[in-house]
Amino acid sequence: MIEVRLFASLRTGRDKIIKLDSNSFSVAGEVLKHLSIEAEEVAIYLINGRHSDLDAPIKDGDIIAIFPPVGGG
Amino acid sequence: MTTSYNGKILRVNLTRGEVVPEKLDLNLAKKFIGGRGLGTKILLDEGVATVDPLSEENKLVYINGPMTGTNVPTGTRYMVVTKSPLTGMIASSNSGGIWGAKLKYAGWDAIIVEGKAKEPVYINIEDEKAEILPAKDYWGKTTETLIEEIHKIHPKASVLNIGPAGEKLSLIASIMNDTDRAAGRSGVGAVMGSKNLKAITVTASRSSIEPNDPTKLREVVSDCLKKIRENGVTSGGLPTYGTAVLINIVNNIGSLPTNNWQESYFDTADKISGETLKEEHLVKQGFCHRCPIGCGRVIDFKGRVIGGPEYEPIWAYGSNCGVDDLSAINEANYYCNEYGLDAISTPCTIAAAMELYQRGYITDDDCDGVPLIWGSSKAIVEWTKRMGEGSNQLAQLMAQGSYRLCQHYGVPEYSMSVKKQEMPAYDARGIQGIGITYATSNRGGCHVRGYMISPEVLGLPETLDRLTTEGKATWTKIFQDLTACIDSMGMCLFTSFALGAPEYAALLNAGTGTDYDADGLLEVGERIYNIERIFNKLAGMKAEDDRLPKRLTEEAIPAGPSKDEISKISVTLPDYYHVRGWVDAFPTTETLNRLGLDEEMLKEEALVE
Repeated sequence: MIEVRLFASLRTGRDKIIKLDSNSFSVAGEVLKHLSIEAEEVAIYLINGRHSDLDAPIKDGDIIAIFPPVGGG
Repeated sequence: MTTSYNGKILRVNLTRGEVVPEKLDLNLAKKFIGGRGLGTKILLDEGVATVDPLSEENKLVYINGPMTGTNVPTGTRYMVVTKSPLTGMIASSNSGGIWGAKLKYAGWDAIIVEGKAKEPVYINIEDEKAEILPAKDYWGKTTETLIEEIHKIHPKASVLNIGPAGEKLSLIASIMNDTDRAAGRSGVGAVMGSKNLKAITVTASRSSIEPNDPTKLREVVSDCLKKIRENGVTSGGLPTYGTAVLINIVNNIGSLPTNNWQESYFDTADKISGETLKEEHLVKQGFCHRCPIGCGRVIDFKGRVIGGPEYEPIWAYGSNCGVDDLSAINEANYYCNEYGLDAISTPCTIAAAMELYQRGYITDDDCDGVPLIWGSSKAIVEWTKRMGEGSNQLAQLMAQGSYRLCQHYGVPEYSMSVKKQEMPAYDARGIQGIGITYATSNRGGCHVRGYMISPEVLGLPETLDRLTTEGKATWTKIFQDLTACIDSMGMCLFTSFALGAPEYAALLNAGTGTDYDADGLLEVGERIYNIERIFNKLAGMKAEDDRLPKRLTEEAIPAGPSKDEISKISVTLPDYYHVRGWVDAFPTTETLNRLGLDEEMLKEEALVE
């Protein structure tokens, strides 16, 4: 299983945490497609707390956190 | 020549009871812009670096930038520049709201307050008119009540004030304006309290400022507004969720300090996030004057509508005290505004006290029925009130900040501070560049002197690996120098998510008639950063003051996504000094010469002799 955590506007119409079968996905971008999230909506993509790009491979047990453009101070 | 400066400073001597208008030196203004830069230059020239911060000899400079009051996006901000009683070094605390713009509309670029009144007073400004009035009846009042009382006499005034914390000389006392905006950091409120100055009220007839080139400024403003509207952070994330949207991001990279930085991942962070604040408490966005972003949170608080907390107090009262009760955090933050306490240093000091309680230094006997237990909603609310009131011995000690609290028990290492000022909400063990900012900030522990979170966490303007050290010194220097300019211009740092040095230079040029390009502007920022450092050197700063707490360099993060990480400041700091042209934390003669700081160099030489 992989755990996908969604934040801010990406939660609209979706659950905050989604568990997916890791066998169905090989790279991060496929998870976005499955959740109907456009790549342009995403600013920060973390795999196990490390910034990653959409080509990054994913494996069983990964935690993926996805954020739209956000900032603060 | 018309410029967006008024060309006038008000000097108020409280000892003599005098108010005297003075001319602003426009050549000096060009060299240091205004706000943070010019305020520091004025204090340095007037010999404030070597005085006791709470003595009559210290001065307070309330100073606008050339963009304050103009139609430039976020052009409303002012700085309080003084010698800090918390750090013993330069303090420059920035605030929004509308007070700064009103001061500008009233005809003043700055107020310099010196001396000490015999009894409590306030300064009332109505356009050209300025007077010192008695404030005995206002002494002891908290912010909301005070403003209500003042509005009976000055109904249209914007009010800047201290609360009871500043009156009692708490070293972490803030200066409030417009009820819920704060020049929060470095104990600037205590300096006002030490002068018996309760408030400054400003009423203005004007509502605009004429720039040097109105046509050009309109054009540049239009371009900047377009960029702000098209930027995902300034048009989406910040307006919708406020600054607290960072809670989940910083937690998910395992760098959200928890339980006084003993850990850096908080399991229930989502309960105190910007998303939850929006869902459960938000009434509407809050806007400062001239702001197109609106990151402020106006919240429902026990049936009343008030200004809500930012990311920093939510973190500091939240994970840093082990608390995931957002209602309690809202309440504690409200008391910071009411008593006039810094909403970063106050909760961080409570977190330090909780660690002292955990380790047995503080006992139940000290706690008067409210034990300092991790996760206690009651503790964060009650101890904030107690610190504001100075209602018992421990609260009085805590009101002096975490460093003096922990030092009292012989364990200053539990104070998560730099230069005795508490660090903010990002663990520098998991984000290497921000550690350079913390260590080298001229005003002590602070994130908004070089916001390396932008490239290292938010990916703006590009993503840097947060765990590496290479190139971080150069990035930090550029962020620090640009920030010094933005702070001096009278604009909000959040515009920098959408704008860069070329846009700021264009705004400044159209407003004041200067001809800076991006590099030229950054050099002014560098000059400001260096003059602050000279102030600190004269004030007694030593090279070893550029350091992080031992916990960050000796204790690895114990768990979470940044497990085993530690600060590599020993690698980045020498890089940084090299990039800055400094040796052992201070600028070389060559660097000062290059930046046109010859006069300041002479001051330094005088000190050495």
